[in-house]
Amino acid sequence: MDLARVVGTVVSSHKSPKLDGKKFLLLEKLDAGTMKSKKDYVVSMDAVGANKGEVVFYVTGSSARLTSATEGRPTDATIVAIVDNVEKDGNFIYNSNQS
Amino acid sequence: MLLAKVVGTVTCSLKSDNAHGSIYLLVDMCDPAGKVTGNVQIALDMVGAGRGEMVMICTGSAARQTRMSKKMPVNAVIAGIVDMIDENDKIVYRK
Repeated sequence: MDLARVVGTVVSSHKSPKLDGKKFLLLEKLDAGTMKSKKDYVVSMDAVGANKGEVVFYVTGSSARLTSATEGRPTDATIVAIVDNVEKDGNFIYNSNQS
Repeated sequence: MLLAKVVGTVTCSLKSDNAHGSIYLLVDMCDPAGKVTGNVQIALDMVGAGRGEMVMICTGSAARQTRMSKKMPVNAVIAGIVDMIDENDKIVYRK
């Protein structure tokens, strides 16, 4: 489970039929301790309806297929939550209303 | 299983259907003596761990072997709170 920022969308018209109608987002991985970019990217299926610029929470591996939106579909990364706040050592290092 | 210390929380109001009611904590990986490494990760809390406590983290598909996390989209869970660690007959950590 990792934090990432949605930086774009991935569009594909020719794909496996099981991927039809699914939204793919380009995520930039974030370091959970500092909220800084790791300069690493991942394409993830969206199970919650995340938008560009939002910080999200994604799972990888077989867990990615355990949401109702992704069950039985060929995916190994899924966005499972949109992050409101991240608090570390008593300080809010991320607040969705302020950025 | 890995050792880590609880350093914070992650709150999300919009979650996937299978992830409702879950509590996510920020954990900083640590050595058996409790020294944190700065490698911060997120884990689902199963045991009610508090800030500063040393915990055991289960990752991968093993994370879904508990009754609560079964069929949940989760990569890491807090499986237990560490009371004591003894290394070579010497207690290196005590809660």
